[in-house]
Amino acid sequence: MNGSWRKDFPQLHEGYTYLDTAAMSLKPEAVINAVDDYYRRLSVNVHRGFYESSIEATRLYEESREKVAEFIGATPEEIVFTRGTTASLNLVASAYGNMVLGKQDEIITTELEHNSSFLPWQVIAKKTGARIRFVPLDDTGRITIDSFRSVLSNRTRIVAITYVSNVMGYKTPIEEIIRLAHGKGATVVLDAAQAIQHLRIDVRKLDVDFLAFSGHKMLAPTGIGCLFGKKALLDQMEPIEFGGDMNEDVDKDVSTWKESPGKFEAGTMPVAQAIGLKAAIEYLLRKGIGNIEKHTFRIYRKAYEALRMIEGITIYNHDADTGIIAFNIDNVPAHDAISFFAENGIAIRAGQHCAQLITRWLGIDSCLRASFYLYNDEQDVDRFIESATSAVDFFRKLGF
Amino acid sequence: MAQLENLYREVIMEHYKHPRNKGLTGSLDSVKSRIKNPSCGDDITVESIVENGIVTSVRHDGHGCSICCASASIMSEIMEAKPVEWARSFANNYLHMVSNQPYDESIDFGEAAAFSGIRMFPARIKCASIAWQAFLETIK
Repeated sequence: MNGSWRKDFPQLHEGYTYLDTAAMSLKPEAVINAVDDYYRRLSVNVHRGFYESSIEATRLYEESREKVAEFIGATPEEIVFTRGTTASLNLVASAYGNMVLGKQDEIITTELEHNSSFLPWQVIAKKTGARIRFVPLDDTGRITIDSFRSVLSNRTRIVAITYVSNVMGYKTPIEEIIRLAHGKGATVVLDAAQAIQHLRIDVRKLDVDFLAFSGHKMLAPTGIGCLFGKKALLDQMEPIEFGGDMNEDVDKDVSTWKESPGKFEAGTMPVAQAIGLKAAIEYLLRKGIGNIEKHTFRIYRKAYEALRMIEGITIYNHDADTGIIAFNIDNVPAHDAISFFAENGIAIRAGQHCAQLITRWLGIDSCLRASFYLYNDEQDVDRFIESATSAVDFFRKLGF
Repeated sequence: MAQLENLYREVIMEHYKHPRNKGLTGSLDSVKSRIKNPSCGDDITVESIVENGIVTSVRHDGHGCSICCASASIMSEIMEAKPVEWARSFANNYLHMVSNQPYDESIDFGEAAAFSGIRMFPARIKCASIAWQAFLETIK
C-alpha cells in the first residue's frame, strides 16, 4: 500500500471511509492549490484580455487542453471543454446525431448505460425517427462481442456505449466493438466517465470517434469535462450553444463560428476547473495510472472477498474489472441500509445510480454501491466489512 | 447507533411489515397521485376518496424503504374519516415536523409521531414525506 497517497487528500480524516469515487473522486492538495492559485493570482477571463493576467490565464487554460490531449493521445484541436460527461454526450447527440440520423437508421446502446449515455439518444431517436437497439446482456450483465454482433447491421449509424459500467464495474470489449462498428460505417460514442480514472486510454489506438469524460471522477474539480472528437467529425458539427467567444464574425444577417473546438465553447468557460484538471492529470501521471489501478483493484478484491462471505448479503457483480461492488443486504431496502453505513462514517451510494435500465435488468428497485480508488486502504476495507457485518445483524434484530 | 435505533421505532417496523390500506381500488370516485424519488427508487401512489368534505378512504401502493412504506401506512389510517381541512392542516404540520421546520406543537401526531426522529437524518426526510405529499395532491 502506498500510505503517501492518502495524505494527499485533505478531505480524509480518522473515522471517515470514502467509498463513493464512482460518483465523485476526492481532490488532492495539488488540484486544490492549482485552482486556488488561479483565483488568487489571476481570476480573469480567457481569450478576451490583452493584459498580462488574461494572457497568463489563457495560457494555463490552453495548456490544460494540451495536457488532456497528451493524456489520451489526441491533438488539442480535438478536445472540447464541457461541463462534464453529460454535456459532452448531449453535444454529440444534438449536434452530430441530429445531423446524421434518419428514419432508416439504428442506434445501438445497452442497458448498462448511465442515463447520460442513453437519454440524449432516446430523445434524438424520437426526433429523427431512428430506432434504438439494445445489446442483449449475458447472464452476468456483460456486453459480449457475440451479443453486439447480434444487433449490428448495415442500418447501424451510431454506437453509444459505456467503456466501464458505473454500477457493475464491467469493462466493455470496446476495441473489437469499434472495429466491428466501423466495418459497418457506424460512429462510436464512448462514455469513458468510469474508465478515465482506471485505464490508460489512447484514442488513436482505439480509433474511437467520440469519447466523453468528467473531471470530477478523476481527481479534478466539478464543472469541467471533455469531449474528444475526431477532427473531421467535430468540423462537420454545428454548435448547439451560441454566444460569446465561439463566434468569428457577427453580422445582422449571417454570423460565422470559430474552428472547432472553439465553436463549441460558448460563453465564459470553467477556467479554474480546467486549470485544476491539468493538475489532476499531472498528479495521476506522477503516481502512474497502472500503479493506481493495481492498488485500487487489490483493495477492491479484498473488500469483495470479505463481503461475499457475509451471510445475508447479495452481490450483483461478481467479477468486476474496476473497483465497484453492487450489493444489497437481503430484505433491507437500500435506503434503510445506507443510513447504517452513514452512521458509521462510511460513504457509499444507495439508489439506482442514474442507471435505471440496469437496476431494472437486475430486477431490483435499488442497490448499494461501494467504489474504491487510490486513497482507500486496508483500514477502509476493515471498517466497511465490520459495518456490513453489523448492519446485517442490526436489521435482522429489527425484524427486516 | 443509538440514534438509528431510535429511528426504527417498533410502530414503524410494524407498519412496514403489515401495511394497512395497501393496494389501490381504481375506484372512479378516487383521486390518485404518484410520487417517485428517482435517486433512491421510492415510488408511492396514494389514492383518496373525498365525500362531502370528508376523507372516506386513503389507500396506497408502491415500493420503497421502510420509512417511506410505514409512513404511507400510518398516514392512510390517520386520514380516514377526517374532514379535508383537518387532514390538510395535519399533513402540512407533519411535513414541517419531519423536516425540522416550525409546526403546531400542540398537535397530537399519534403514530405519526414516530417519525419525529427523522429530522436527525436529513437524507431520509424525503422518505418520510413523499406519501404525505402525494396525499396532499389528492385532496387539492
